[in-house]
Amino acid sequence: MSLYKYSFWEVLRNSFTAEVWGQVLPAIGETMYMVGVSSLFVLVFGLLLGLVLVMTGKEGLAPCKAVHTVLSAVINCFRSLPQVIIIIVMLPVARALVGKSYGSNACIISLVASCVPLFARLVESSLLELDKGKIEAARAMGSGNLRILFTIMVPETLPSLVRAFTNAVVIVISMTALAGSFGAGGIGYIAVTYGYTRFQHDLLFATIIVLIVIVQAVQMAGDTVSKIILKRRHLI
Amino acid sequence: MDEKFIEIKQLYKTFHTKKQTIEVLKGIDLSVGKGDIFGIVGFSGAGKSTLVRCINRLEEPDSGTIRIGEREITALGRAQLNEQRRKIGMIFQQFNLFDSMTVAKNIAYPLKMAGLSAGEAGRRVDEMLSLVGLTQKKDAYPGELSGGQKQRVGIARALANRPDVLLSDEATSALDPQTTLSVLDLLKEINQKLGLTIILITHELEVIRYTCRRMAVMEDGKLLEQGLVKDIFQNPRCGTAKNFIGVYNKFRSDYGEEAK
Repeated sequence: MSLYKYSFWEVLRNSFTAEVWGQVLPAIGETMYMVGVSSLFVLVFGLLLGLVLVMTGKEGLAPCKAVHTVLSAVINCFRSLPQVIIIIVMLPVARALVGKSYGSNACIISLVASCVPLFARLVESSLLELDKGKIEAARAMGSGNLRILFTIMVPETLPSLVRAFTNAVVIVISMTALAGSFGAGGIGYIAVTYGYTRFQHDLLFATIIVLIVIVQAVQMAGDTVSKIILKRRHLI
Repeated sequence: MDEKFIEIKQLYKTFHTKKQTIEVLKGIDLSVGKGDIFGIVGFSGAGKSTLVRCINRLEEPDSGTIRIGEREITALGRAQLNEQRRKIGMIFQQFNLFDSMTVAKNIAYPLKMAGLSAGEAGRRVDEMLSLVGLTQKKDAYPGELSGGQKQRVGIARALANRPDVLLSDEATSALDPQTTLSVLDLLKEINQKLGLTIILITHELEVIRYTCRRMAVMEDGKLLEQGLVKDIFQNPRCGTAKNFIGVYNKFRSDYGEEAK
């Protein structure tokens, strides 16, 4: 149903029909798969890189200018590229790693390449906000660097890290939709193929509704978890 | 009494920033007796915090030596230093408790590193909690505590590993007078009970007068005067000491009681 033939309200009403959702629902599954797997990679590698950034930084526990500068520069390089360009650049990498340059798994490669550096920076800024006195207290008690990292720095900044991860997941979701137009499938694919190319605006509306609901849910989940932690610690 | 339990010789420290270099410690010589409560007083920027932080090498001195008991602190390698630090407790102006842990876990933190079993650590935590009078706050988070209670937890955490030395970096400066008094009483009590050597830095002379036996006056990276608290109060020789005691007396005279 196109907006060129029908009124906005008619198209909107039609975007809730079973016929439309029959096409959208499988796409939600694909999107969820891509978002889930990518987010997991982003969490693990982003956290790791973020920790290395903070550790090796000038004021860090184990300052190492060489590692910090190189890592920081590489992260900046990836961060300079708009998501569309990262997707294109990562196509051959995806082909080498998963055998083909289209489909969900290929898309995950570009999602990870784009969002790990982003999350690494978010982790870095969360950890840098930690009161230096706490780290100092741990050092004064004879704690080693790794122990400080995982028993003090990460737990103390957990509420902020949860928020940072929530932001990263929201960006992963939006980028998944973008990657849809490069053969990744999922919600983005529906939106571009039907909504843009074939003027089936009822399908476009359905994808918009789905994206809004997913992002709201993720944001609310993240906020809630972060608040629960803060409440438990009596910090709010 | 071992009059030279802690001995600092010719300690120098310079901070380098892009624009300038600041000599913070200019040849400090200091000795503290075992079981003593030693106070170091000075205005802000005198270098007293840097001095006390050199003792557990949170700050690395440029030159000079620090000895505690038999151990040359300044000669220790990384691993030995971490081991030695477990025998030097430290408390801070901002308490620096870990918000992610309950009071009991805060106190148990240094015990884990010392390799105590869970049962042993649990008993030690209870013992420390009763020492600082916070047994009922065992499972509370630092976020629920008042300033004075936080500092008590800080003290319990610092003492959990049964250190020989306690460093107090302006530990009462963020507390109201009444709480300050109760924390100082606690420090005196543990000094008596455990024979702990305490080095206390502060910019409040009344804290030193109330708590310490011996003291030093610090200004501009140098120790101007050191000796028994009562001697310095009766007969301050350096200008800074006179200045401090003058201010102290001025405050006191407003209440009609002058220090002798």
